[in-house]
Amino acid sequence: MEQLLQNLVLGFSVALTLQNLAYCFLGVFLGTMIGVLPGIGPLATMAMLLPLTYTLPPISALIMLAGIYYGSDYGGSTTAILVNLPGEGSSVVTLLDGHPMARQGRAGPALAMAAIGSFFAGCVGTLIIALVGPPLANVALKFGSPEYFSLMVMALVCASVVGTGSLLKSLAMVVVGLLLGIVGTDVTSGKARFTFGVPELNDGVGIAVVAMGVFGLTEIVKNLGSAQITPTILQGKITGLMPRWEDLKICFGPMLRGSSIGAVFGPLPGLGGTISAFTSYMAEKKLAKDPSRFGKGAIEGVAGPETANNACPQTTFVPMLTLGVPGSASMALMLGAMIIHGITPGPQVMTARPDLFWGLIASMWIGNLMLLMLNLPLIGIWVKLLQVPYRMLFPIIMTLMGIGIYSLNSSGTDVLLMAFFGFIGYVLVKLGCSFPPLILAMVLGPLLEENLRRSMLLSDGDPSVFFTRPISCGFMVATGLLLLLFAVPALRRKRSEVIKDD
Amino acid sequence: MRLTIKNPQDFWCGILFVALGALAVYLARDYEMGSALQMGPGYFPTWLGGILIGFGVLIGGLAFRIESESSEGLGLDTWAFRPWLVLTAALALFAVMMEANLGFVPSLLVLITGCALAHKDVHWRETILLAVCVTAGAVAIFSYGLDMPYPLFWWSK
Repeated sequence: MEQLLQNLVLGFSVALTLQNLAYCFLGVFLGTMIGVLPGIGPLATMAMLLPLTYTLPPISALIMLAGIYYGSDYGGSTTAILVNLPGEGSSVVTLLDGHPMARQGRAGPALAMAAIGSFFAGCVGTLIIALVGPPLANVALKFGSPEYFSLMVMALVCASVVGTGSLLKSLAMVVVGLLLGIVGTDVTSGKARFTFGVPELNDGVGIAVVAMGVFGLTEIVKNLGSAQITPTILQGKITGLMPRWEDLKICFGPMLRGSSIGAVFGPLPGLGGTISAFTSYMAEKKLAKDPSRFGKGAIEGVAGPETANNACPQTTFVPMLTLGVPGSASMALMLGAMIIHGITPGPQVMTARPDLFWGLIASMWIGNLMLLMLNLPLIGIWVKLLQVPYRMLFPIIMTLMGIGIYSLNSSGTDVLLMAFFGFIGYVLVKLGCSFPPLILAMVLGPLLEENLRRSMLLSDGDPSVFFTRPISCGFMVATGLLLLLFAVPALRRKRSEVIKDD
Repeated sequence: MRLTIKNPQDFWCGILFVALGALAVYLARDYEMGSALQMGPGYFPTWLGGILIGFGVLIGGLAFRIESESSEGLGLDTWAFRPWLVLTAALALFAVMMEANLGFVPSLLVLITGCALAHKDVHWRETILLAVCVTAGAVAIFSYGLDMPYPLFWWSK
């Protein structure tokens, strides 16, 4: 307990420096601003703003990136409540009751509740990381290469299993991602692989380049191609921001349950905000005295899912920080940023760079507090931003993308590559493939190969090593069970029915 | 038994994955394979390429058996050809112009104008105004604010 306190004090002393506070604020602010724009989810936002963090010192960069991550997540909810337009994934749930509330002139309380829920979840999440992190890292320190290999395989399979779309296609996308991760100079042999003689590719394809291509460019093409939806933006001033006391009282239970659901689902690889938000929504609907209110503007239907959704980002940091294995594409981007800053991810981060680990955790709590204080007064600006027509917005986004990528290495090749990935990305979208598994696999690719190589050295080339070591075997069995569970089409159909049902 | 493609989306997806896998295997043939014990640089990519071909065959093969769940199919009329091609071209042009040191300002003007062309209805006056404003904003933020060392025009050093 004393240790925990000491760690948190260290963390806050790092996060509370003027510089880090400023970057945290900048991250949260920019993240929310871009996240508010319809059709741009947290992943696209992170990809777009990632280049901004490259020149910062490592700890500030990570703090800012984390701020961008949960800022954009919150921005998405704002859009869902104000405009009847689901951004990405989890805000679909917020929309169900958030928008009806806005229609009834209660947009203020809905937005405030979302912010309070986020902050509540942020507090719980921060505590959980602080409590669970160190013991988990201790376990992970005992992991050898076979355990890491199996864990990564599990993470990749999980990400494909729970993603949208066909399981087979997602698994194939994982393999494509692993192949993309190979591009560049092989660490062991020094051989340039898959570089097509382009010298810029010797260092590999930048994660930001691919992410910006498939989440930024492809997304814009998709938006421009889809039938023009005229968003029903709320007219008139939003008044009465603060929720009434009875609203808070009603929402305390949902927030508590929501953060538990989010905290449990967050660290599991592949599971994310959307599933926790759905679970929380269904739970609240079941528990409610009068379930018919749901969908017509029940404040619990905003508070619960929103809390669950925001407990997730916090706890998804757990496997990334303690094991060095990201569970989602956003965490893969975080991990990519860590590697760029010369930090080898893994359990040793906590002992070797305690300032970084605890500083990041403390900054998340501060960032959530900023979100709470920032967003209520700034809602007017977000509404204005939503009123800018898309045909004027996307050239600005494209400009930011172009400059951002060009500035990475002052190289036009990177921009060309991004254009290429956006081009191919649209074909893949049309073929029904999804990208988060690809991004995750791309980051994990080199680690997977390295650990496979080491495991094989360890076992004299015998692949049974993954099944004879108990922890590794556990991961493998879990992976197999998951695949079995979801490969049965009947089960899969049922799952989509369950979600559609609501 | 006549074989008909029941799900063209999956069919072409399968073909694409087979092609990508084959490309990987083909490129990796130059890299030393090694053995499981001493994995060479070609070991991992070759295996991955093989696995990808396997997935591709499976996805493509199932397209003959399983109806598509979504009714959307692969109708080419649903493709957003214009933004797809125009936006890619605009970015590529921006890249080439920056690389050729034609300067930040002309490159940005081309990029933004190009973007506007991707939209169904082009409002020329608005586009020009937007291009000028965004370029000015970008120059103010990136060149003066963040001190990025890119020449503004082809004559400036």
